[in-house]
Amino acid sequence: MNNLMWAALDSHVIAKRNVIKIRRVPEVLMFVLVSPIMFVLLFAYVFGDSIDIPGGSYREFLIGGIFAQTVIFGATFTGAGLADDMQKGIIDRFRSLPMSRSAVLVGRTASDVIYNVLSLIIMAITGLIVGWRIHNGFIDAALAFALLLAFAYAFSWVMAYVGLIVPSVEVINNASFVVIFPLTFVANTFVPAENLPGALQTFAEWNPVSSLTQAVRELFGNIPPNTPEPTVWPLQNPILYTIIWIIVIIAIFAPLSVNRYRKPR
Amino acid sequence: MSTIEATGLVKHYGEVKALDGLDLNVPEGTILGLLGPNGAGKTTAVNILTTLIMPTAGTATVAGADVVKSPGKVRKRIGLSGQFAAVDETLTGFENLDMIGRLYHLGRQTARVRARELLDRFDLADAGDRPVKTYSGGMRRRLDLAGAIVAEPPILFLDEPTTGLDPRSRTEVWQVIRDLVAKGTTVLLTTQYLEEADQLADDIVVIDHGLEIAHGTADELKAMIGGERIEMTVTSPAEVPRAREIVAQYAAGELQADERSRKVVAPISGGASMFRQILSAIDDAGIGVFDIGLRRPTLDDVFLTLTGHSAESEPAAETEEVRA
Repeated sequence: MNNLMWAALDSHVIAKRNVIKIRRVPEVLMFVLVSPIMFVLLFAYVFGDSIDIPGGSYREFLIGGIFAQTVIFGATFTGAGLADDMQKGIIDRFRSLPMSRSAVLVGRTASDVIYNVLSLIIMAITGLIVGWRIHNGFIDAALAFALLLAFAYAFSWVMAYVGLIVPSVEVINNASFVVIFPLTFVANTFVPAENLPGALQTFAEWNPVSSLTQAVRELFGNIPPNTPEPTVWPLQNPILYTIIWIIVIIAIFAPLSVNRYRKPR
Repeated sequence: MSTIEATGLVKHYGEVKALDGLDLNVPEGTILGLLGPNGAGKTTAVNILTTLIMPTAGTATVAGADVVKSPGKVRKRIGLSGQFAAVDETLTGFENLDMIGRLYHLGRQTARVRARELLDRFDLADAGDRPVKTYSGGMRRRLDLAGAIVAEPPILFLDEPTTGLDPRSRTEVWQVIRDLVAKGTTVLLTTQYLEEADQLADDIVVIDHGLEIAHGTADELKAMIGGERIEMTVTSPAEVPRAREIVAQYAAGELQADERSRKVVAPISGGASMFRQILSAIDDAGIGVFDIGLRRPTLDDVFLTLTGHSAESEPAAETEEVRA
């Protein structure tokens, strides 16, 4: 068998192990499922009624942003899972085995997609309950969910790299907030990007989280009819721009992480 | 032919010299015991030889393959059981071994059969389908050992396989290691216990601060450091000089006396009958004894004899090792 086949098989073995762990530690799963509900309810009721979007509902506008933010938070599990394995010495055992050097990371990022699938399902249901609707039909909605998952997958490679360089699980939780909060808040997730001042506005307009959110809103049909057209290219072509980011992130962070894992210190 | 051969291994972590020029040589089918206190560089040596870390300088081959240039070849021939049992707590014993077998590329069916077989052999069959977090320390360690031999590698690295185990579990693990070697496996074993090295190893290398300070068979080392020790605690510090004087007449090597701890320790030869003689001499002199006994030499005795200082661990070096 060639190396690529072995890499796929090894990754499958690792992913299977991670799935067993997800099933056996229901506490983590609970958190994964409860926090999206909390986010949707919190934003829908705390902010949803206090901000007016002309011609539309802020609550509907919000949901796309919450989806984007939550799947990005989901990527933290990849980093935390890896840091935990490092701390417990399992990674050392894996590294001493004649297995593929990329399998631990490929298997981990793959199995973590499950978290995001589950949290998207939960969020969608919660969203529907509080009044969010899909207006553009099945195919567009499926595309929106696929885009969210693909972006989350790419982002989990970023967190995988972070997980490999930090010394412990506690650090990763703090480290990821430093990355994730600015990314998800300096964006159009909760307020329209045009409302932000100066440099923040530029950042928000080119932030891939904004384009992801914009893409999802367009695909779900959650943009109020008389909203002004975006003036910057990323938000005019949000799907394309987001896909470019997905490719670029994976192209950079997958080799970077595998290299970091492979290299004896 | 040596299956493990290391020359001039050096590993520096900034200021800390974890290894400072270590040579090792393990002929096929033998056990080498790497004996030293915490922070002596034992784990660092194992990590280099198992391709987990790179040496700062020096070369090493395992099963004929260079650990730096062809780590992939090395990994196919080795099994590693670490200081901290590297098994997955949430998986069952079976799932752990099955996973490792798959990752050694044994194939689905073979991995399963092998996992069951090992659970049987390591007396874990009943616990095999329970998550490892329900296991005792000794069971975990046995599972970890089983993990190291899933693919029946010709060379095994066992990093402090019994540290932290109770005496009964320790004896169990020893038996497992003996059985493995009886089948021709080459083993590099690190330990802090002289007794363990004595029980298991054909050849012992004593290291301190990343350097070899003694090397020989268990018997050769014992000749160097003397055999059993008589250890006594007298009732008052004032008695120490007199006790010392009496014991010195019978001691087979350098004697230590400490007034603060009221202890007198000396190597003796002649076992129980010599012990009795000393006991009656002490008794005749009317020295009050709080506690007296005959014991085997410990790592501390080895270090005292060889280096003149006791086997103190160095916390700084140890943390580096753990992190690596």
